[in-house]
Amino acid sequence: MKIQLENGVLQQVQAHAESGYPAEVCGFLLGSLDLEKREIRVEGGRPATNERVDAAHRRYLIEPAEYRTAEREATDAGTQIVGIYHSHPDAPAEPSTFDLTHAWPNQVYIIVSVNHGAAGDLKGWVLTHDRQSFNQVKISDYDARRSPARVEGATCLRF
Amino acid sequence: MPEVLVPTPLRPYTGNQARLRVEGETVGQALDALVRRHPDLRSHLYGEDGALRNFVNVYVGEEDIRYRQQEDTVVAPDEEISIVPSVAGGIEALAEAPPIEFSNEEIRRYSRHLIMPEVTLGGQRKLKAANVLLVGAGGLGSPLALYLAAAGVGRVGIVDHDVVDESNLQRQVLHGTRDVGRPKLESARDRLHDVNPHIVVETHETRLTSANALELLADYDIVADGTDNFPTRYLVNDACVLLGKPNVYASIFRFDGQASVFGAPGGPCYRCLYPEPPPPGLVPSCAEGGVLGVLPGLLGTIQATETIKLILGIGEPLVGRLLLIDALGLTFRTLQLRKDPSCPVCGENPTLQELIDYEQFCGIGTVQDGRISSDIEEITVLELRAAMDRGDDVTLLDVRERHEWQICHIDGGQLLPLSELQARMHELDTSRTYYVHCKSGVRSAEAIERLQEAGFTRLKNVAGGIAAWAEQIDPTMPTY
Repeated sequence: MKIQLENGVLQQVQAHAESGYPAEVCGFLLGSLDLEKREIRVEGGRPATNERVDAAHRRYLIEPAEYRTAEREATDAGTQIVGIYHSHPDAPAEPSTFDLTHAWPNQVYIIVSVNHGAAGDLKGWVLTHDRQSFNQVKISDYDARRSPARVEGATCLRF
Repeated sequence: MPEVLVPTPLRPYTGNQARLRVEGETVGQALDALVRRHPDLRSHLYGEDGALRNFVNVYVGEEDIRYRQQEDTVVAPDEEISIVPSVAGGIEALAEAPPIEFSNEEIRRYSRHLIMPEVTLGGQRKLKAANVLLVGAGGLGSPLALYLAAAGVGRVGIVDHDVVDESNLQRQVLHGTRDVGRPKLESARDRLHDVNPHIVVETHETRLTSANALELLADYDIVADGTDNFPTRYLVNDACVLLGKPNVYASIFRFDGQASVFGAPGGPCYRCLYPEPPPPGLVPSCAEGGVLGVLPGLLGTIQATETIKLILGIGEPLVGRLLLIDALGLTFRTLQLRKDPSCPVCGENPTLQELIDYEQFCGIGTVQDGRISSDIEEITVLELRAAMDRGDDVTLLDVRERHEWQICHIDGGQLLPLSELQARMHELDTSRTYYVHCKSGVRSAEAIERLQEAGFTRLKNVAGGIAAWAEQIDPTMPTY
């Protein structure tokens, strides 16, 4: 599977991840899925509510009602839910076994690592059809630099 | 035939069709027909046990079948069945740790949990993997520690630096008579290991301070605050917010208690409820005002309940709610709490980014020094004894309350409780000399200030009060 990202999507994901630190944040990735070309185009992100108030620093959960709303709105806008992004506060951008057992196929999972409030490593993953593992996918043209203003804002919860 | 709505991730397995008509009178039959037609769907919808995966939600119309008859829910031919993902994931904090296993003995021990569908072996594993820090091994910490240990919380940490005193035993059920004089942590460890030898008890014999709090709390998932003073309560709150850890809070006074869960993401914190501490002295501590011994039992078990719910991820935690308990009327009230957007620690633009000096924040040390002003003369209990032995022409005035006087009093003293002082001041003689005492010297200083305002001049405060008398002059006197 090949992943194409519109400009600004990664920056949007990073900003959301930093603003939510130390909790995990999550959101939908919207765009289109072309099965013949085996390509996912990500055109934008849509923040979702992390319902796991009990353990939000290491878990996220998007309720089905929110998924339905997002899917309806995406359909109305002529797009699809093509993936999910979430943050790993103070942990690497690698999928956990928890991520694996709860993953959906044909979706791109973007994980952004947030260390002490600053977004760092960002990786894309797609579930294998046998559900046994994730394949890492190249996220094209990813530029790790961020604007200083956002880093500034994220320091408010550092200690 | 009912129509099934397939979510985007699964459409590649249905030839990219979003809607399919399938045979079936129930949801189960319809899904079975769907999976038989498109076998690649099976592993994504059903687990190895043949049950729908827990992140697969099925709706008939607008209703989740969990709230109807699950897969036996009947569908009309014109109804729509939607497969709706709930999306979950996160850091596997526990994945790197060895898988959690239970011995046969543990299975027997936890059997009443394991048979509950809300707990099961999975929930018991969560409990065993959990790390909970209790701040204080006192009235609230006692039932908290006992029930968390009994429930099988794998690692229970306790911070305390106190020694068991006889006056603790009326409510601190973690400690026994034979523990008097022992550090509370030693007695707590022994008791908890007796309750449950399968857990780890971590003891931190220190005072929680701004210098050590972040490091100490960082090692735990949940903090339960059983402190009895405002500086530590604000310290625990701020540290929990900064670290993003839930703070299961309770406090008690006399017959009243309150409880809440602070510091949960999106929920309010203690400062949203009480932005400023009360002036020192306004809210008496349990040592000054007393507490019904069973009350911390009531509130501590509520804290244990909330902690266990948070670990299991079940029910509605007391996030954004403040529970108020009045033991005399036995009433329970719940107030809704809102997160304060201008909260200095958890608000939108937090001004507090590190821990501060909480003693100073709560005004401790400053007002206390000012209250016993320099124009109050003091005498020691030794000087008082000498004056009484000489037969000096003075009156010893005891300003404690009547029920305290009944416990113990110094022979030859005159009782005039502080609460009655204003009304009965005329019984005193401005020309006489009064040595005034209370339990420890604070109330007597207040009495002297009031008497000075009324024109009395010959007054001395007995330093240390009757407690000092019992310690230095009359060791047979009971203390309280």
